[in-house]
Amino acid sequence: MIDLSHRLRGHPVRPPASGIARRRSFWERLHLDPWLLGMLLLLMLAGLVVLYSASGQYLQVPIAQGVRFGVALTVMLVLAQFSPATFQRWAFPAYLAGLLMLVAVELIGDMGMGAQRWLVIPGLIRFQPSELMKLAMPMMVASYLCRRELPPRVRDLAVCALLIGMPVVLIAKQPDLGTSLLVATAGVFVVLLAGLTWRFIAGLSLLATAALPLLWMNLHNYQRQRVLTFLDPNSDPLGSGWNIIQSTTAIGSGGLMGKGWLQGTQSQLEFLPERHTDFIVAVLGEEFGLVGMLAFLVLYLMIVIRGIVLAGGAKNTFGRLLAGSIILTFFIYVFVNVGMVSGILPVVGVPLPLVSFGGTSSVTLMAGFGILMAIHTHRRLLPR
Amino acid sequence: MHESPDKLKSPEQELRIFRVRSLVAALVVIALTALLMGRLVYLQVVQHEVYSTRSENNRVRVEPLPPTRGLIYDRNGVLLAENRPTYNLTLVRERADNLPATLELLETLLALSADEAKAFRARVSQPQRPFEPALLMSDLNEQQIARLAINRHRLPGVEVEAQLLRYYPDAPMLVHALGYVGRINTDELKSLDAGRYAGTHFIGKTGVERFYEDALHGQSGLRQVETNARGRVLSELGRTNPVPGKDITLTLDKELQSLAFDLLDGRRGAIVAMAPATGEILAMVSVPGYDSNQFVTGIDVGSYRELQHDLDLPLFNRAIRGQYPPGSTIKPFLAMAGLAEGSITPEKTIHDPGYFQLPNDSRRYRNWLRWGHGRVDLERSIAVSNNTYYYTLAHELGIDRLHDRMRDFGFGQRVGHDIFGESNALMPSREWKRDRFGQSWYPGETLSVGIGQGYWQVTPLQLATATSVLANRGEWVKPRIASRIGDEDVPVELADTPPDLELANEAWWDRVFAGMEKVVSGSEGTARRTGVGLEYRMGGKSGTAQVFSLGQDQRYEADELAERLRDHALFIAFAPLDDPQIAVSVIVENAGGGSTHAAHLARAMTDAWLLDEDEQPDAEEVREILESDDGNVAGN
Repeated sequence: MIDLSHRLRGHPVRPPASGIARRRSFWERLHLDPWLLGMLLLLMLAGLVVLYSASGQYLQVPIAQGVRFGVALTVMLVLAQFSPATFQRWAFPAYLAGLLMLVAVELIGDMGMGAQRWLVIPGLIRFQPSELMKLAMPMMVASYLCRRELPPRVRDLAVCALLIGMPVVLIAKQPDLGTSLLVATAGVFVVLLAGLTWRFIAGLSLLATAALPLLWMNLHNYQRQRVLTFLDPNSDPLGSGWNIIQSTTAIGSGGLMGKGWLQGTQSQLEFLPERHTDFIVAVLGEEFGLVGMLAFLVLYLMIVIRGIVLAGGAKNTFGRLLAGSIILTFFIYVFVNVGMVSGILPVVGVPLPLVSFGGTSSVTLMAGFGILMAIHTHRRLLPR
Repeated sequence: MHESPDKLKSPEQELRIFRVRSLVAALVVIALTALLMGRLVYLQVVQHEVYSTRSENNRVRVEPLPPTRGLIYDRNGVLLAENRPTYNLTLVRERADNLPATLELLETLLALSADEAKAFRARVSQPQRPFEPALLMSDLNEQQIARLAINRHRLPGVEVEAQLLRYYPDAPMLVHALGYVGRINTDELKSLDAGRYAGTHFIGKTGVERFYEDALHGQSGLRQVETNARGRVLSELGRTNPVPGKDITLTLDKELQSLAFDLLDGRRGAIVAMAPATGEILAMVSVPGYDSNQFVTGIDVGSYRELQHDLDLPLFNRAIRGQYPPGSTIKPFLAMAGLAEGSITPEKTIHDPGYFQLPNDSRRYRNWLRWGHGRVDLERSIAVSNNTYYYTLAHELGIDRLHDRMRDFGFGQRVGHDIFGESNALMPSREWKRDRFGQSWYPGETLSVGIGQGYWQVTPLQLATATSVLANRGEWVKPRIASRIGDEDVPVELADTPPDLELANEAWWDRVFAGMEKVVSGSEGTARRTGVGLEYRMGGKSGTAQVFSLGQDQRYEADELAERLRDHALFIAFAPLDDPQIAVSVIVENAGGGSTHAAHLARAMTDAWLLDEDEQPDAEEVREILESDDGNVAGN
């Protein structure tokens, strides 16, 4: 009992007896957290089931997703082997590389789906530098702040604002509002966790509200349309309100128990746009009902709580800030995605983590969890 | 970090701050999750009835609107490929109240025969995704449509869909040039842009239809419709119109194409006619053809097998994929090579004893005239198609220079600008033989190549192209088949056109032309019979090719054997000599009797293009001339 509570709080646990010690050391040697990994695997499996239905019952789609999960898990396993000090050393080079590549995308990037997001290295890969930024950003800000006196002073905050602002503006210009939001969030969470005073938070919120009109003027037309549609979906039921009306109808018609797997009429028959990517929640809600939705949300919640616990047990400030930011950003994915599909947030291109079809985001997410596990499992090797 | 660079740093305080912050964060996370859950409870429990009704009853659905495929015209605006409206019967099984009763009623209404009914039932029981309409019958007639319309209320889930189907009015003679569209298959589906092709079931498979698929297809649109519980459309709420495909005007002349097809009727072979100045393909036929319309609606297995196993290979596009030994047709090109390399001059003569011998080799390479042509110069060598002259020339050039010079004329490579599925054929070289057989090149093989035999193989399109380049005095043109796509003309200057051929002495072209004119107009010309009554000056060259079997793996009937072992007849021509308007290559498989047959067809083509309407040749007459001419061997 005592051991368990210690573990949940993320404190180092000394192996008391040889029998249990062997099992523990197995996970420790892999540098993995079995609880977190188990929940993630459960989420992936459940996600594949929903994806099969959402893809219109084409087996190729979940198979392709499974392959990507394999890659993502490998990346996680590899990253978990590094010590947090390594990530701290890599923070600046990774951030700088990401920033330079974002500039390169701006200049020579490849257009994909109407937006300029891809950097093509001929013969090698098509690569989205913004994905790298999702991890490089919290690493950079955390490595900067952990060297300063905390809570951060105004000068440090100004540096942080610059560090966060540059890539976010570049990504927003691509235009990719969803990703720029996630990258910004990852950076801001580090600052918040580092102990930004409440007074400051209140002041910044006020400033942000005041800056809204300025932001509005800089939005792309389609982005403005999304906000307007969010405020009143019925204003444009066939244009941009279409997705929301359809997805809320799908979710609402699912009811308590859902229509059953593969039986969702909205999802299977009607044109639910992007139903296997950003709008997969609509399929989930229609076919598995409130019960299924709650099950997923509880699973996500447990993953996040476990992540926060692991972050709290990190050996130093850098680890704590980075791990905390990674797990909270993960939650933002969930919240923004479910919120937008169920109609309480405007439509922003954010996938449902590890359920929506998409290789790049799965790999980035699992890379994040790899870093989280590295921070957790390397805490005993060095004195705090 | 092992140490803090900042003296004021306090790990304990930082940990405390983090603990508080992460606790706050956890609470916020829980609160936001609760908010989401609340929203879901609202949608799925409180408002469930509303959404359930909306989902069940009045549905809004998006339907793809496939674009209309672009039409294809000939150079004079004659329609070659059009879109014909047809009506198909579809059924969504999930929406039929009583499936067996519905099927029975349908069978009565459509007046199906027992066999048809069986096929009909088979299509119903095919696995299908839920709520996806299954195609039960295509191409309904008007009576059937009317009966279905009257009984519509008794047939929930049944729809009659209008669809435009590709139709080729003159399929057999055009199929090898135009190609055809067919149903999109699984492989094609993978590489297609799903949005662009939403609602489109057809895609260009070969020919112009394939090469210009992007332009011809256009872009699918969408319409949003309100439907009732049974999926029947009640009203249209909005639409994005499809972008129709672009119409394409070809350089083909349907009249000339039709003549070429008739000329070869009952034979196997190919004719390609080009305008030398521009490279425009005026006619391109491969005979036999077949009815490509069967491929649009979906050909049945039996008919397809029949086409596939037909000994005459109707599916095979001889004009661009047929590989034939060029025989003596390439002698003018070899002459140009010899002049360019300085191996011969127009005045240089050889003595032909009827054969050629390599130094230190007793083997005799024979002229087709056993006793020889005696003294032969350049012009005569072409006119009488003397072999010994070209054995000598080939031996002097050697295979390397010969290969390079012939490649300059386009042999051994794809020459077309917008021709789908063209074959390289084969221009043999030392390297090629080493790679292919692991053997070195023998001098005797050079001699074979020198008279267009041996490994050398050409396509009719390559021959016509080389003839055009020759007629242009070395100026290269790439053969092209489309002149106008939508509102835009295809540019006259094409990128990657091979470099023009140049000669030290421009007058040499005239000497070669003179030789070619003597082929049809000279007293000794191998095709002198063809030149009788010619109203313009024409250059030509005959050729015969020993048979290579098109289908060694094919079964053949004993009485067909002799016919299929006869030589192929080839002929190239251009006219008028001083201002070439047309260049033609003709290949008649197993024509026998030398090259006469092909020469007559070539003359008919040039006559048709150059003469006034009242002097137009008639395929029937040409055939009669051929009959009377049979048995008169007309040289090599």
